[in-house]
Amino acid sequence: MTELLPTGLDAFESAPCGYVVVDARGIVARANEEFLRLLDAPAGDVIGLRTFSSLVSTGGQILLETHVRPILDHAGVVREIAVELVRADGGRVPVLLNARVVSTDPRTVLVVLVETRDRHRYEDYLVAAKHAAERASQDAAAMAVTLQQTLIPPEPPVVPHLEIAAAYRPAGSGREVGGDFYDVFQVAPDAWAVVLGDVSGKGIQAAVITSFVRHTVRSVAIAHPDPSDLLHALDEAMRSHGSEHHCTLVAARLEWEDPGWSIALALAGHPPALIRASDGRITELGVPGTPAGLMSDPQFHTVRHKLGEETVTLFTDGVTEARGSSGELFGDARLLELLAGLPGDPHDIVASVVSATLTWQSDDASDDIAVVSFAAR
Amino acid sequence: MPYSSGMEVGDTLNATLTGPSGTPVLVFVHGFGCGREMWRLVAPAFSDDFRVVLLDLPGSAAADPSTYDPVRHASLDGYAEDVLKVLDELGLDDVTFVGHSVASMIGVLAHLAAPTVVTRLVMVSPSACYVDDGEYVGGFSASDIDDLLTTMERNQLGWQAAVAGMVAGAGHEEARTELEDAFCRTRPDVALQFAEVTFRGDNRADLPHVSAPTLVLQVRDDVIAPMTAGEFIHRQITGSVMRVLETRGHAPHLTNPDEVVSAIRDFLPVGVT
Repeated sequence: MTELLPTGLDAFESAPCGYVVVDARGIVARANEEFLRLLDAPAGDVIGLRTFSSLVSTGGQILLETHVRPILDHAGVVREIAVELVRADGGRVPVLLNARVVSTDPRTVLVVLVETRDRHRYEDYLVAAKHAAERASQDAAAMAVTLQQTLIPPEPPVVPHLEIAAAYRPAGSGREVGGDFYDVFQVAPDAWAVVLGDVSGKGIQAAVITSFVRHTVRSVAIAHPDPSDLLHALDEAMRSHGSEHHCTLVAARLEWEDPGWSIALALAGHPPALIRASDGRITELGVPGTPAGLMSDPQFHTVRHKLGEETVTLFTDGVTEARGSSGELFGDARLLELLAGLPGDPHDIVASVVSATLTWQSDDASDDIAVVSFAAR
Repeated sequence: MPYSSGMEVGDTLNATLTGPSGTPVLVFVHGFGCGREMWRLVAPAFSDDFRVVLLDLPGSAAADPSTYDPVRHASLDGYAEDVLKVLDELGLDDVTFVGHSVASMIGVLAHLAAPTVVTRLVMVSPSACYVDDGEYVGGFSASDIDDLLTTMERNQLGWQAAVAGMVAGAGHEEARTELEDAFCRTRPDVALQFAEVTFRGDNRADLPHVSAPTLVLQVRDDVIAPMTAGEFIHRQITGSVMRVLETRGHAPHLTNPDEVVSAIRDFLPVGVT
């Protein structure tokens, strides 16, 4: 191919990359113009005097000795090794090098080098971005855990004449912030609100709405003794909040009217409450309503019930829509059957429903699970 | 015939035992960078009259990834434990530990932990401390080690891609070349920690406790383990023998294998059993 080059031009000397021949002693036996330009050194300071490795940074020397040289001896060639040349004044020039052993006796190695200043800056940026991304991801995970701690509903309070149990189990690993919640709080000397709901979506946005819904329900509950009024107030607050999210909810007001409890209950797009009679019979309580925060013309209806020797159970769709390994849903029928077979104790019911749901999905919950159960005592 | 089955730790560390039964035992342990293949020009020279154990350290070369534990391998003691486990599984004692570079110090720790198992030390290009400290000349400053870590991190951009290509089963020539180099690959996260443990380590205080006959094989011109590092070890270990190889580089077992073999043979007692 030499004949293609203009007369007097040498492919080695004129190569548009640093080009070096390293002898058996590791010394630079030959170097072209571009290499000397990279080093900013006259030929007399380098050729025949300096070892190649003495021209790279100390970290690079260690890499050459411990990694590059063994690969070169084994495979005869190395490619794309990033090191920094060090100039006489201490300035550094990032390069990528390829090397090939062209003779083993005496050992002779050809090295070509390309300056990578811009690429080097870009890599610095990539490495910094990678570190930043790793930190951000750790921060986000830590924040999710912290947020979730604040969202996990507290143990229900002690309510006179009422046995009440509740459980919340976040989806999956528990790191994702979920949208299920429940709340039990006093609204009058003899009256208590019990709410359980499910905010659409997942992640931080859903968590923010969940928090908003819980606080709104608490703040409007006292002024709206009728649960359907409460749901209207919540619905209005959610829509004026301008959020994309909506929520399903069951809101109940329990009033102690000696010697028993009366329940007023309304549904917002949520499955009805299940009432288990002492003989195991299950009936539903609630008239279907629209989800809160979704429609411009929401419909909520309050139903009333005198609580007898019964246990009332509220649940989110994390229970009935749990999918087994075959893809089959846990479903309403299975839940009804489970409740019918259990004793009436609210704590037993909550524990059994959660554990049956988890077992159904082999302990890997695809959605949050929330269950509240109560009975007169 | 390698007979490696039945070893729990040994199998995961790609360990083999070869050689006639009843003969004295040599275990060859590689240093930072690469794996057991580094001994390919030296170990076979002992195959007729020695039993030879070769292995990859956790996280290096063909060792199973699960063998590396960032907590246990945050110090060289973790590596020493692993080598001793392999020797135990093979039912070996009275072993000559031949360590290259940082593995020389792994040998020291293994000897101190089990003096009847590791009874002789051969240190090829050793250093008990790579960073200068007052009068002591290790050859590096702390910022040199920072420079190494930065350089390694930069090179992992390409190495990670190469490893990914191998995993994807790429059949082209490039991938095959990378496979040939696999013996010199360390998982990127492991490589960085191993580099830190190696080059920021300081085993100088361990040396006076060594009671095993010790050979220090020093290369005249080695930028990683300079003469001062070898001489220090020689002075600190009573009765140790120092041999200087008039060559350059940090891997005499690759560059001058015959001299390494004869130095080891000269050091070992004749007719050792």
